[in-house]
Amino acid sequence: MSTTHPTNTSASALRNLSLWFAVSALLCLFIIDIDISTTDPWAELGLMTAGALSPSVWSWPTLISSLANTFAFALQGVTFGAIGGFCLALGYRFALVRAFCAFIRSIHELFWALLFMQVAGLSSLTGLLAIAIPYAGTLAKIYGELFEEVDPAAANNLPRSGRNLSYFFYTVLPLAWRSMASYTSYRVECAIRSSAILGFVGLPTLGFHLETALSDGNYSEAAAFFYALLLLIGSLRLWLHLRLLPVYLIAVFYYLPPQATISWQLLVRFVSEDIVPTPLRGQSLYSGETLNSVGHWFNLLWQQQIWPGLINTLLLGQISLVFTGLLALALLPLNSSLFISRGRFMGRGRLLSGWTRGAGDSILILLRSLPEYLLAFVGLLILGPSMLPAILALGIHNGAIIGHLLGRYTDEINLRVDASRGATLYFYEVLPRIYRQFLAFLFYRWEVILRETAILGILGIATLGFYIDSAFETFRFDVALSLILVSAALNMAVDQFARYLRRRLQLKTTPESL
Amino acid sequence: MLSDRISHRPLFQFSDQTLHYQGRTVLDRLSLSIVAGERVALVGGSGVGKSTLLKALREQLPDQVAWCPQQPGLVPMLSTFHNIYMGALDNHSLLYNLANLIKPLPAARSAVEPIAKLLGLEQQLFSSTDKLSGGQQQRTSIGRALIQKRAIFLGDEPVANVDEYQGDALLQLICQRHQTVVLALHDIAQALSTCTRIIGLKDGAIVLDAPSNQLQASDLADLYGAS
Repeated sequence: MSTTHPTNTSASALRNLSLWFAVSALLCLFIIDIDISTTDPWAELGLMTAGALSPSVWSWPTLISSLANTFAFALQGVTFGAIGGFCLALGYRFALVRAFCAFIRSIHELFWALLFMQVAGLSSLTGLLAIAIPYAGTLAKIYGELFEEVDPAAANNLPRSGRNLSYFFYTVLPLAWRSMASYTSYRVECAIRSSAILGFVGLPTLGFHLETALSDGNYSEAAAFFYALLLLIGSLRLWLHLRLLPVYLIAVFYYLPPQATISWQLLVRFVSEDIVPTPLRGQSLYSGETLNSVGHWFNLLWQQQIWPGLINTLLLGQISLVFTGLLALALLPLNSSLFISRGRFMGRGRLLSGWTRGAGDSILILLRSLPEYLLAFVGLLILGPSMLPAILALGIHNGAIIGHLLGRYTDEINLRVDASRGATLYFYEVLPRIYRQFLAFLFYRWEVILRETAILGILGIATLGFYIDSAFETFRFDVALSLILVSAALNMAVDQFARYLRRRLQLKTTPESL
Repeated sequence: MLSDRISHRPLFQFSDQTLHYQGRTVLDRLSLSIVAGERVALVGGSGVGKSTLLKALREQLPDQVAWCPQQPGLVPMLSTFHNIYMGALDNHSLLYNLANLIKPLPAARSAVEPIAKLLGLEQQLFSSTDKLSGGQQQRTSIGRALIQKRAIFLGDEPVANVDEYQGDALLQLICQRHQTVVLALHDIAQALSTCTRIIGLKDGAIVLDAPSNQLQASDLADLYGAS
């Protein structure tokens, strides 16, 4: 006689949640368009591969100057972002400050750039602000959480266990400093990607030339710019040291002083007229007729743009999230000593193991370095317009980031000497132990994935970004701003939901370099 | 006489109060008063509530006590100088404190240096505290208490990590610099030689409270026996 016992494991809650996510992604997959619409994707891929193997620089001065611009925008943006973020982090215990930070980081740097371009043109100021503002929001969150996590013993033992700024600088800042510095330097890498991508909307960074070359099918030229970007990101840790930072700062502000010729007239018009919903312009706010026509205006906007944009953003975001998760789990052994460099247990040569892990992790770091926007652009050229390139791009970039972190996390696992190997080791020993952490990382990344999903619309995928970009192109700034606010609200809502899930599942809530 | 009444009014007072630690009752219905000028040793086995009592004492007069906890709570990456100076943050403006954090200022140095010298830390003044031995860290923590120039010193095993000889000297120093001293001590000999009053804790209550000159080491042995 057999009795059935109800399952009561800690893993089951995590498993159920994962199942729901997977099912929802599968359902989404049926709804959206993931067809390959180009007649011969392999031919295009062949051309690109040929180009990648024969990079050619048509103008060294152009390459050098766009490389310098990319770095200058990135460093200036992170510098101002870090200063702003630090000031905001000092008030991070106030809900209003937290909400403000969430709002400014929920708008992607490309959208900020499109907004500032309307008043400051394609200027160095636009590039600086587009990076500095959302980065200030992100850094404020990270700094604020680091300050909260500092061991309070140092502060508590002081005379008045004070709450004033002197105590902060003596007992909190020194303890948080190392983590702040390492996270901020990671953000420099992100900012270089952002800065390069700003070229796609016209700023003179690497992305500008990449887009031109790719669109014209000059894959050899594109390859040169692409390698320059990888080289810049890959070599950062070799030369971007804290001690040399002042030198670089002076250099970038001298080379590219943030300035713009702002026509005040234009600015006033933009703020008081252009971004005001059309039916409201020049009307008194409280007349019934105005309200009526605003209602009509919004209704139309909702039906034609907001609703379809929202749905597509959510569908694409959901699939990309699950795909990211799957890829991360598949890729993590590349950066795990349990699977790659455990020469003793694997029976292979030990000499080999050291560098195979290095090579494995290099693949992850390389994939992580590729801006998802660029990946999606390349994907569109090969596969034609559908959501497929976007899913691949988001999954590869984000999956590599999470896989890299998870792989490192597995090094903390202490296995028994008689532990199994290979796939059994992965599924029985490793996966259950890291799954909580995996979900925590994935939920952290959710907001980012959704923000990127919206932005891929600029490439023609019908997410919110598509409608935002069209509105900018047709100078309907009122529509553009409304849609940007909708996208911001969506990102903030998902961030809140992810935070709720993390808390409910008791996932570790400290941020890593995500 | 008015002045008489003031001097005899207790600094610290508990009447029928119950103290908790992490939700658990540690000292039940405690009644106790300590007046200015007393040197009190709290003795008893571990977990008996000495730290909880000290914390409760601190909460009664937070602005008058120099606090020296068992875990010194030093900021490991900052120098001994800065960790001692931290006790005096409230006496200076934010700008001064910031400038001093970046480069030690002369006035701050002349306040900290004599204290460091008394504590035998002058060689380590500009080493970060993560490079110090346990005893040196504890002396730094005492230095942080001394720089506050308060009338009352509350210390939780302030000399547990230094040798007996040094410990005696440090306790002498603490008593010289403070009018009222309350210490949790596990070393009975030190308690008897340093303090004027011994309070013994056991099983959630005060089981002994007497002037130290009426006690001998053997009187205290019971406190550590099985309950």
